[in-house]
Amino acid sequence: MAIRKRFSPLPGFGLSLGYTIFYLALIVLIPLSAVGAKTIGMGWEAFWAAVSNPRVVASYELSFGASLLAAAVNVVFGLIFAWVLVRYRFPGKGLVDALVDLPFALPTAVAGIALATIYAENGPIGSLLKPYGIEVAYNPNGVLLALIFIGLPFVVRTVQPVLADLEKEVEEAAAGLGASRWQTFVKVILPHVLPALLTGFAMAFARAVGEYGSVIFIAGNVPMVSEITPLMIITKLEQYDYAGATAVASVMLIFSFILLLIINGLQGWMQNRYSKGA
Amino acid sequence: MSIAIRNISKHFGAFHALDDVSIDIPSGELVALLGPSGCGKTTLLRIIAGLEFADSGRILLEGDDASERHVRERNVGFVFQHYALFRHMTVFENVAFGLRVKPRKYRPNENEIRKRVSRLLELVQLGWLADRYPSQLSGGQRQRIALARALAVEPKVLLLDEPFGALDAKVRKELRRWLRQLHDEIHVTSVFVTHDQEEALEVSDSIVVMNKGRVEQIGSPDQVYDHPATPFVASFLGSVNLFHGRVEDGHLHVGEHALAVGAGHVATDQAVGFVRPHEFDLLPANAPGTGLPGKILRIIAIGPLAQVELARPNGELLEVAILRDTLSVLGLREGDEVSLRPRNIRVFQNNERLAA
Amino acid sequence: MSATIALQHGSLERYETPSTREPQWIKVLLIGIALTFFTVFLLFPLVAVFVEAFRKGWGTYLAALSSHDALAAIRLTLLTAAIAVPLNLFFGISAAWAIAKFEFPGKRLLITLIDLPFSVSPVISGLIYVLLFGAQGWFGEWFAAHDIKILFAVPGIVLATIFVTFPFVARELIPLMEAQGSEEEEAAVVLGASGWQVFWHTTLPNIKWGLLYGVILCNARAMGEFGAVSVVSGHIRGMTNTMPLHVEILYNEYNYAAAFAVASLLALLAIVTLGLKTLVERQSHKQKTESLALENAS
Repeated sequence: MAIRKRFSPLPGFGLSLGYTIFYLALIVLIPLSAVGAKTIGMGWEAFWAAVSNPRVVASYELSFGASLLAAAVNVVFGLIFAWVLVRYRFPGKGLVDALVDLPFALPTAVAGIALATIYAENGPIGSLLKPYGIEVAYNPNGVLLALIFIGLPFVVRTVQPVLADLEKEVEEAAAGLGASRWQTFVKVILPHVLPALLTGFAMAFARAVGEYGSVIFIAGNVPMVSEITPLMIITKLEQYDYAGATAVASVMLIFSFILLLIINGLQGWMQNRYSKGA
Repeated sequence: MSIAIRNISKHFGAFHALDDVSIDIPSGELVALLGPSGCGKTTLLRIIAGLEFADSGRILLEGDDASERHVRERNVGFVFQHYALFRHMTVFENVAFGLRVKPRKYRPNENEIRKRVSRLLELVQLGWLADRYPSQLSGGQRQRIALARALAVEPKVLLLDEPFGALDAKVRKELRRWLRQLHDEIHVTSVFVTHDQEEALEVSDSIVVMNKGRVEQIGSPDQVYDHPATPFVASFLGSVNLFHGRVEDGHLHVGEHALAVGAGHVATDQAVGFVRPHEFDLLPANAPGTGLPGKILRIIAIGPLAQVELARPNGELLEVAILRDTLSVLGLREGDEVSLRPRNIRVFQNNERLAA
Repeated sequence: MSATIALQHGSLERYETPSTREPQWIKVLLIGIALTFFTVFLLFPLVAVFVEAFRKGWGTYLAALSSHDALAAIRLTLLTAAIAVPLNLFFGISAAWAIAKFEFPGKRLLITLIDLPFSVSPVISGLIYVLLFGAQGWFGEWFAAHDIKILFAVPGIVLATIFVTFPFVARELIPLMEAQGSEEEEAAVVLGASGWQVFWHTTLPNIKWGLLYGVILCNARAMGEFGAVSVVSGHIRGMTNTMPLHVEILYNEYNYAAAFAVASLLALLAIVTLGLKTLVERQSHKQKTESLALENAS
């Protein structure tokens, strides 16, 4: 089979592609396949027992539920962030724009202990909320809070360039045809950014499901109540239950791969939508 | 609907885009705003539409002051230079947009929308594209869809910003004729912006020539081409040859030679004569009568015409267009000395045309 | 003329035309929501790290940082990044060269596979190395027989870090180099440049900002990774603790001041990262607009 279908005058194809595949296999593919091998090796019954254990199922509910909710919250606030960053001028804008990426840059453990400290009932925000009966830290609310924190940049950074890319003329055309500002937003701007919003949502969701560091400090980690799925893997590992840990991990991996496919599909849609000018 | 533009001024920062512009556009006309880029023509179009507000001055639509009216309420159709079609909507939905966003009590029912959109798509001869997306259309098709979309709300005024600017030469020519025909059919007052003099001359009923935020001349294509009011108009519409000299006794004196320009001209020392390339006769140097001497440098044949480059004794270059047949009858060749006889000279002093 | 005006006006004013402007109260409301959210979710946690770190004064802060275990954690973190970042940098360039400059079947799949580590939970990223090198793992026995410790030792930490930071450089470079095409490189080849010269003199100057951007992000993650490293480290104080793991231990021992002191170094790293990132974005944006302006002018 001739891999080199189209002749290229540039050197280094064999070397660079060869090294790329070698390194990819060594670091990513072979280690990841260990999860598959281990899962298959353990037999169906052991697998099912591990992944359907009530404590694990409770962790799925929390992880997936809170991640979904957090991603939804991020869609709303991410769109508002992207909107004001693209369209308005206000004091502190440069700082806001730079710090939106903080959840990417700040080590998760640091974010975790900082959030836990602030929102604990004796912390600066936690103590303000306590009189109203709102407890954020050390329960599922804390999980949600941490997941909102780490997911925000995904939505902002996918929507921001797309929003900036929308020509002013398109909105003017809508206004000229009699659309009110709200109609223009709903019928023109929102459909334009919709693929980006969905992509951002899926990315934030995917990240939230697997998140560990920023969550465990504020979650309280109460069995059946505020244990996230990644923590279940760690717990099983600490009990030397490698098979159980791997089984739960394979459930998460399958889920991640499905999400990855969806995200890829969404990005293909985005490229179609945004690359061809009209 | 007639448009009256009264003393409009607009600046962006230190840049004066428009400076006291007044124009009257009668109902049903097709008018071109013509000028080089940065002359303020697009800004003026956007102010008429209500997409931009003037710093001072008024816009009257059918005699009513519309200066403070939002673009939504002006009932104008606007076609953008790059079409600004809604990419996520089909061609049909693009055209239907203006009908669908009408307040509920004015909104036509689905059936009526369907009928009106189909009629418009037929009008622009693109009915078969109704289900396509803008990204699947050619530039010329997009332009026509943009036009159909603007017409859907039955505007009283149609405004087009460089409607042919983004198209290639052949499509551009076809679309020009088509736009003219369409206008003759629907007769809605239309204003279009262009920097292409040929386009303005071919399509419009009248032309507004603009430069540096001011109106240079308003008139029919013939008027602005044959009787330019300013040196700018003379040189922007077609190419011209310039002769500096003084006017005395109905003659323009260029060096030691005198060219008759008519008795009505006021005497002056600083006159400039404008002659278009095709307004010269070329004769052999020894021919009787008065003319300007020149030497043929190059003859370029372009179809039936010959473009002749000449040098005057002082080194200034001239361009003359003449029938190739005439040239061969006279037996003129590169290197020959000739006598140039302008048939028509427009004489200006500073920025003023000297009365003819 | 019009081009220079457009540049002076910048990209904001283009929205400020009468027909595309929202009522003032909506504008204020949206900015208010964004700023409130920003303060509560982003600014407060960042500020809190430093406030907590210095709560007991400079003395405690410095003592926490200069303790034997803290210094060991800092050294290990630096060592890990120093190994992981160059390896992934080299891989990123190699992958981007193959993908952006050549056509071959399966290219999209390859890009997806390179992105894979991003969609894997950090905990699983650690787990896979436990499965490989643990006592019952595929290679566990062999390494044990040869007395080489990978798991619960520095090599495991480095491997897990390489895995989680694997895509950073590649995913910055691939789209960048694809967008730039290979005309310039082809011109260099025609002019007689060798492969290395083509890369050094033609490709590298064009991708330097993207490269730097990828390296900055890669480094930040390498130094800050917690979940994956936590699984493979074994948490041996002074031996296999990186800075984030050291933070965890101190925090769990209720030694908040010391935990936040070490955390403040990591937070500082994050701030430097974001600062550099903003700088790099500005530079590459400047480069782009300048070349665009030149093209328009000519």
